[in-house]
Amino acid sequence: MPEMTLIEAIRQAMDEEMARDPEVFIVGEDVGKRGGVFRATMGLYDKYGEHRVIDSPLAELSIVGVGIGAALYGMRPICEIQFADYIFPAFNQIVGEAARMCYRSNGTWSVPLVIRAPYGGGISGGLYHSQSVEAFFAHVPGLKVVIPSNPYDAKGLLKSAIRDPNPVMFFEPKKGYRLIRGEVPEEEYLVPIGPAKISRFGRDVSIFAYGMMHYYALQAAELLAQEGIEAEVVDLRTLAPVDKTTILESVKRTGKALIVHEDNLTLGYGAEVAAIIAEHAFTDLDAPVRRLAGPDVPGVPFSPPLQEWFMPNPQKIADAARRLAQF
Amino acid sequence: MATRVIMPQLGESVVEGTVVSWLKKEGERVEKEEALVEITTDKVQTEIPSIASGVLLKILVGEGETVRAGTTLAWIGEPGEVIPEADTGMSQLHAVPAAAATSVAGTVPISEAARDLGFISPVVARLAKEHQIDLTQIKGTGEGGRITKKDVLAYLEQHKEVAVETPAWETRGGGELFRLPEAQPQTSPPQPSVALQGDILIPHSAMRLAIAEHMTRSKRTSPHVTTVMEADMSAVAAHREAHQAQFARDGVRLTYTAYFISAIVTALKAYPQVNSSWSDEGLVVHQAIHIGVAVSLGEEGLIVPVIKNADGLSLLGLARAIQDLAERARSHRLQPDEVKGGTFSITNHGTSGSLFATPIIPQPQCGILGVGAIKKRPVVIHDAIAIRPMVYLSFTFDHRILDGYSADGFLAKVVSVLENWTEVG
Repeated sequence: MPEMTLIEAIRQAMDEEMARDPEVFIVGEDVGKRGGVFRATMGLYDKYGEHRVIDSPLAELSIVGVGIGAALYGMRPICEIQFADYIFPAFNQIVGEAARMCYRSNGTWSVPLVIRAPYGGGISGGLYHSQSVEAFFAHVPGLKVVIPSNPYDAKGLLKSAIRDPNPVMFFEPKKGYRLIRGEVPEEEYLVPIGPAKISRFGRDVSIFAYGMMHYYALQAAELLAQEGIEAEVVDLRTLAPVDKTTILESVKRTGKALIVHEDNLTLGYGAEVAAIIAEHAFTDLDAPVRRLAGPDVPGVPFSPPLQEWFMPNPQKIADAARRLAQF
Repeated sequence: MATRVIMPQLGESVVEGTVVSWLKKEGERVEKEEALVEITTDKVQTEIPSIASGVLLKILVGEGETVRAGTTLAWIGEPGEVIPEADTGMSQLHAVPAAAATSVAGTVPISEAARDLGFISPVVARLAKEHQIDLTQIKGTGEGGRITKKDVLAYLEQHKEVAVETPAWETRGGGELFRLPEAQPQTSPPQPSVALQGDILIPHSAMRLAIAEHMTRSKRTSPHVTTVMEADMSAVAAHREAHQAQFARDGVRLTYTAYFISAIVTALKAYPQVNSSWSDEGLVVHQAIHIGVAVSLGEEGLIVPVIKNADGLSLLGLARAIQDLAERARSHRLQPDEVKGGTFSITNHGTSGSLFATPIIPQPQCGILGVGAIKKRPVVIHDAIAIRPMVYLSFTFDHRILDGYSADGFLAKVVSVLENWTEVG
């Protein structure tokens, strides 16, 4: 199987879906001639032309609004928001319109729309190029929220998202774009939206994570294994709908849960996972559910030591998991 | 109420400390904030002030002893005050004069139950209730001496004979369990005195005894009949070949067992009376399908973890469940309720080379399917000889419930699902 980077897998998913279905098109800032600021759409403009890879004005509201309109006419738009930090001008379109269309039309209309956006810090991007926004959208019924952690899942999940009849928010860990590599089969495959995946089995403590933090959690588990601590790592992959079964299965096995995300702590996605565990697995718990997350400050700081302070990393995850294992 | 003096945590990374010297003797008065004991860690030596005024009733950790942070070091209170007994257990190890203990305890008999167990987590509380365990019997290894889930599971493992009723049965050829019931060890104790010169006596393990009891009871309870059919595994083998890598990416080993269980589930749906239990009032037909899977533990014996609600699982789900249960069975990490409640069972005696066997029914189920070794054999198809991977399936059933006609119908259905395998994993 060929090995590739996360960004290559994402590009391949879009390429294959555009070749398969003429209704699939891309719209976003610099996605056309430039091939995207991260090169996610590189080569697609030349291959599919300016009508299917559309350079938009710097107006996120219009990118998503155009996408919703096209989707209602049966097309399959992929809207790229250049950085998740810039998604808020489109918030009303996503939450107020796309998420509700199927519900308010009693199933008559649906919005088969994918919104792709790179998220996350650790890339010295400062306050406007580092934020995590998943919790805002995972809160909204009517939206699916997907965050892949490796090339195989990224390709399979993005293809599923494009074929999904309803809006899917697809957030990509930008620090991992070229850092995370993995094998991707040449033949056609899909990864279903919904199921989480136990990516490493262990019996001492469960670590729940997604995106870049899942990559770090696996490294942390490796560190812990050298000390004789067997950490189980669960890649949540799909934040909405959430895979309660896998979460509860894992907690039932280990009795201890650590949830990791780089989004800030308060009312972050970890709060929901913690609540699910508290509600449905209380009598399986052998320790308090713990969260390791970015601190509650208004953004990932630009200063290198402050960014280091903000971001969870393998060492911090291992420390938190070790304390929990020893509890 | 006596006040407990604990080993403080002298820093984030410091988990234990050593008592260098006690600055007060037992029975001596100490004032709050007065220096009481000198503690050292690998980093610092510190005088710890008393947290209460009163008499130093009892010292539990002697000079030179190293204990975890949170461990009770001593008790302070009014003269003659009773202190929780369990903590004094440790003091015996440190050879504190017994007179000291009695003088403090007075005439009140101190019960073991009075021991302060510290924080009891929800899972520990549940396990204690489910297994009727007296937690004071368990030594805690968690933070501050807390009893952890693992401590409870380790305790259960040690006291397995009472905790787990093992509904296990033996299928490995030639074992003692294939003997007639009369030949089985019954209630009569072993008679080493009649042994021949040079014989040795191997005491029965708890698991061996449980297996013996269950096999005997089953053979006495159900009239066993075994019917055998063969299945062409070409379709399953092709499907497995094509999907193995895909499953492996999800961390799951795709075994033939998953296919057999899937076929059993389909056949049980078509023949619901097979998923049943005999009772004097009538036949209890189970709505849920819980499949017991025999896992060999080598010479130690055999255990049968149960896949609950197997009809709700995909091939991937089944494969994952089998892998998980088998792994945990072999590392003795099964929960007691995971070996209970099966409504039908499967035993894969083919893994040890057996072609077909006559398995014994795990009570109170109606039947068990034995799976032999898959071997390439010449078979006649449309008057031509072909080489196909073939397997013998032995279905042992309770003749009180089923007759040959319906039993063969069920078994034929299992064969047909396997031979026409189309489900997309």
